[in-house]
Amino acid sequence: MSEPTVPGLDVRGLDVDLDRTPIVRAVSCAVGPGGWLAVIGPNGAGKSTLLRAVAGLLPYRGEVSVGGTDLGGLSARERARLLAFVPQTPVLPPDITVEEYVLLGRTPHLGYLSGPGRHDRAVAERVSERLDVSRYAERRLATLSGGERQRVSLARALAQEPRLILLDEPTSALDIGHQQHVLELVDELRRAQDLTVVTTLHDLTTAGQYADTLVLLDEGRVEAGGPAAAVITEDVIARVYQARVTVTADAQGRPVVTPVRATRSHPRSP
Amino acid sequence: MIRSAAVRDKPGRGLRTLRVYSIAVAFLVAAVLAGALVGAADLNPLATVTALLDRIPFVHLPSSLTPLDRAVLFQIRLPRIVLGALVGGLLAVAGAGYQGVFRNPLVDSGLLGASAGAGLGATIAIIYLAGSGPAAVPVAAFVGSLAGVAVAYSVGAASGSGTANLLLAGLAVGMFLTAIQTYVLQRSSQDIQQVYSWLLGSLATATWHQVAVVLPYSAVSVAVVLLHGRHLDVLSVGDEEARSLGMRPGWIRLAVVAACALAAASAVAVSGLIGFVGIIVPHAVRRLAGTSYRLVLPLSLLFGAGFLVLADTLARTVLAPAELPIGVVTALIGSPVFIWILRTTRSVRT
Repeated sequence: MSEPTVPGLDVRGLDVDLDRTPIVRAVSCAVGPGGWLAVIGPNGAGKSTLLRAVAGLLPYRGEVSVGGTDLGGLSARERARLLAFVPQTPVLPPDITVEEYVLLGRTPHLGYLSGPGRHDRAVAERVSERLDVSRYAERRLATLSGGERQRVSLARALAQEPRLILLDEPTSALDIGHQQHVLELVDELRRAQDLTVVTTLHDLTTAGQYADTLVLLDEGRVEAGGPAAAVITEDVIARVYQARVTVTADAQGRPVVTPVRATRSHPRSP
Repeated sequence: MIRSAAVRDKPGRGLRTLRVYSIAVAFLVAAVLAGALVGAADLNPLATVTALLDRIPFVHLPSSLTPLDRAVLFQIRLPRIVLGALVGGLLAVAGAGYQGVFRNPLVDSGLLGASAGAGLGATIAIIYLAGSGPAAVPVAAFVGSLAGVAVAYSVGAASGSGTANLLLAGLAVGMFLTAIQTYVLQRSSQDIQQVYSWLLGSLATATWHQVAVVLPYSAVSVAVVLLHGRHLDVLSVGDEEARSLGMRPGWIRLAVVAACALAAASAVAVSGLIGFVGIIVPHAVRRLAGTSYRLVLPLSLLFGAGFLVLADTLARTVLAPAELPIGVVTALIGSPVFIWILRTTRSVRT
């Protein structure tokens, strides 16, 4: 992939405070259009805060631009047409149907007093089919499984027709099979539609497998950034996570992180 | 195959919507007819209906009603029916609007100090402004209701964002105002009877003049609430996600609360405190038509109107010639229905 001139997402010198406590400090990172940036780091490193600031949900200092457009000057509605955000646990009102929920994604495209029209319904329907949720369009959200919920939230986000999608821990509630399904789906979508993807991900091996750029946060600062093999090393993980791991390379040269247990002091009985 | 299922569904949904609207209109028409026909004076049903239809523009029907019957129908029963319909619709829409804004199924049109403020205003007017004409009590109730909401809203909004703050501030303001009202009432116990009969609600003094006074406020407030149905649907995913969809939840909340407060204050001013309509009507509507506010709000208007006309018909006939306070009737019907709703929704939401 050639180096793009206009990045899909460009974050420069981002500072975010929560209750006057600095959570994210001087973070800069960028990813090309259609690229996948994974934000990794230990608990409390500021990953979700970074995502929510980029989504415009928290006040920040610094510059954030999507496809060359500075988000600072945009209204909430204009921003929502450019980027979509899926929180770690989206609020799914139990009694509304999948169809109605996906249609909520059209909100930023509607005038204050107008309802969704034919075109909006067509977009929502197309996205639902793409994510294979139209099969249960009539079901209430309360009846969905974890994997179905994840797909439905993705569908709502895609109905916004964004150029950038921010996913906060999209796989945290899923088993390993559903994790792979969801991440493969995201990967297909970004390739097919030149959609820029930014995720926080807990699992380092998974992050290395799917993202083409990683940024490692520690205590709100960028500790390392770049391709997976450069970021995920035994050294860095030992220092940042205080974890004992071995890092090997898989067939494609991507890092595989294996936790190593300290030598046992109590030998297990046979 | 998937596409055909989705396409086939469209007319189904439209048909369902048409059906619930037809039920709502039929219910309201039935309630109005019942209210027009039942009462102390025995009106001929057929003549009454033709006399009513005759009033519709471009419809001319001869009716055999005597001039006295006509006076009973058009000057006594009809203004009361129309006012009851207005009040019921306003209370139900305000209740539904508040439930959407606060994402809380248990809130009511008397929320945020609205009822307590109206109660205090009316009490003060009855006790201290008795000599200043018949308009004093409704105006004082109207002002008190809006002032209660305004104080509760500012206190709640100043103590942080989110809905819990507003509800708690409303609770505190409401209790404070009720305490003042109780104190004022205690000091002039000879007016207790009159104050209580106002508090329990009544449409007994309904006139066309009252209808004309309330109509503009009703029209504005109902229009504003109904136009926000879609926004309330978006708010159901929470403030943060609503913001990520480009909405401004604080602004929507302010607009809908202001409109609901105006609706509730208009209703309270002409009818006193009528409880439960704002809770049971929207909940009944949800069981019939689902939870989208684009349907819940207009249907609450229609069903609320019909419900209160029926309740008022009962209120003036059950113990005739005495009248039950309408607040007693709505609560007598409302409480068991509300308990039923609680029991059944618990089994739906796991």
